[in-house]
Amino acid sequence: MRNKFAEVIYKTGLKDNRICALVADISPAGAMIKFREKFPKRFINCGVAEQAMIGIAAGMALRGMRPFCYTIATFTLYRPFEMVRVDLCYQNLPVTIVGMGTGTIYSTLGGTHLTQEDISVARSIPNMNIIAPCDPNELEEAVKYCCTKSKGPVYLRIGKAGEKNFTNKLSEKWQFGKIRKVHPGKNICILTFGPIIEKAFEIKEQLNKKKILPEIYSCHTLKPFDYLGLKKIFKKFKTIVIIEDHSKIGGLNNIVKSSAYENKYSGKIISYSLKDEFIHCYGTQDDLLAKHGISSKKIYKDIIKVIK
Amino acid sequence: MNFTQQDSKKRCLKYRERILGISQKVRAIHAAGAFSAIEMVDTIYFGLMRKKNNKNFQDTFLMSKGHGCIAQYAILEELGILPKKELDNYCTVDGKLGSHPDYGVPGIEASTGSLGHGMGLAVGMAHADEIKKVDRKFFLMISDGELQEGSTWENMMMAANLELKNLICFLDHNGSQSFGHTKETHPKFYPLKEKITSFGWECVEADGHNQDELIKKVNSRIGKKPFMIIGNSIKGKGISFMENKPIWHYRSPTPEEYKIALKELELQKL
Repeated sequence: MRNKFAEVIYKTGLKDNRICALVADISPAGAMIKFREKFPKRFINCGVAEQAMIGIAAGMALRGMRPFCYTIATFTLYRPFEMVRVDLCYQNLPVTIVGMGTGTIYSTLGGTHLTQEDISVARSIPNMNIIAPCDPNELEEAVKYCCTKSKGPVYLRIGKAGEKNFTNKLSEKWQFGKIRKVHPGKNICILTFGPIIEKAFEIKEQLNKKKILPEIYSCHTLKPFDYLGLKKIFKKFKTIVIIEDHSKIGGLNNIVKSSAYENKYSGKIISYSLKDEFIHCYGTQDDLLAKHGISSKKIYKDIIKVIK
Repeated sequence: MNFTQQDSKKRCLKYRERILGISQKVRAIHAAGAFSAIEMVDTIYFGLMRKKNNKNFQDTFLMSKGHGCIAQYAILEELGILPKKELDNYCTVDGKLGSHPDYGVPGIEASTGSLGHGMGLAVGMAHADEIKKVDRKFFLMISDGELQEGSTWENMMMAANLELKNLICFLDHNGSQSFGHTKETHPKFYPLKEKITSFGWECVEADGHNQDELIKKVNSRIGKKPFMIIGNSIKGKGISFMENKPIWHYRSPTPEEYKIALKELELQKL
């Protein structure tokens, strides 16, 4: 995903001189080197100084530029939090902060490098928009949106490297603020966002063998959330499964359940989110997720039980 | 525009009267921090900033020490940028001016108030001007307390790395903050000039209440680096009982104190 991000801002940057990239001493992905070489004034490496990165981006946006601040997710949002809140959100400036390697992706780096509560934190700031694309195709659409159309700050929550594409020509068109059906089905509905969509497709394969056809949605825009789209899902499905690489507090789990209450939804919602606990273990991302009760095998078994 | 120290002094007495008048209606006024900066802010607006036309400035000013913004409001009123009724409605539900400046208010370039934000905003704006090849100087005012924020130093480092020659920062060095005199509370805060210079800035000191000296020092800068002028100032300047007394960081004078203060200002007019 990081390469796709760099490639899109480079291509857009060729046509639009408002696009600029600010990084905090992160080793640049392939196309980011091209951006730096082509637009030396519009590329700023702020060093290990994330507060400066956000403040400078805000200043540039006040002068009509469209900056992207890019580094590992925890350092784009938590470290410079007050700059994000005051400089970007309070002033409602079109700056995109790109949090890379979100959730449990940096599974061997320890709790300091994990972002299990970023959506919860970002969602509570007025004016903040949140987009979490599920694959490189969606990321491309999201970055294009941030380059030209976004009117205020965006927290763009992305993966890292090597993600497969799950969306294709059959998927609905990507639209900011709209839930997107990425795979049609009828028995149950799986709601998810971000690269963990991979699990939804693994589960779909297994369920299909039992003639169960799940419909899969990418809820890529976490704020503003598509409550109308969700209402349609409540009407259509009796069982909803939520899978997210994020804390159970303040993410998709909370969004769907609070809306279910408001809409008097009488079906079942089973959700798989990270526990409200710091993660002190290491291993693969799957190892970490499994410790928090998130694995394709477990979700598959639970769904079979619920359906029967 | 012909700037004279005499005219500026007259205006500064007028601002002080205006601010003290407002202080009788609201408590959150930070008058002392405004009084330490007022000569500097007036000098920036009337003596240093270039005008594009009668109404608009070519250069930019940002008050990063947002708590001193009542000084800026009084000056914006003098310039006709803020209408009188706005200052009359300061900190009331009918007005739009609060005790920290908000983006969107006429003459206010960005929201400040939380310290340590202005330097980053200034670096971003000044750098964007360089990219766009806009002929614009950027005047920034920070407080000395604000120089304790790590973010200020992060951005000072970046200002030097980006070689922002168009950035001119006034440091309102009144040496006093909420908890007392900085020399006593944080002795290792000093020396200042050496620290600032070592971060790649050109730096000079001046009397923050002497307009001619301020203009002379700014105009005689070498100008190859971002420039910081340490304006040595007196918190609460102009009112004897307010000067250098930390208690005046926030509070407003009582009606009795107000009368005494006005008398003192009258005497200064002679």
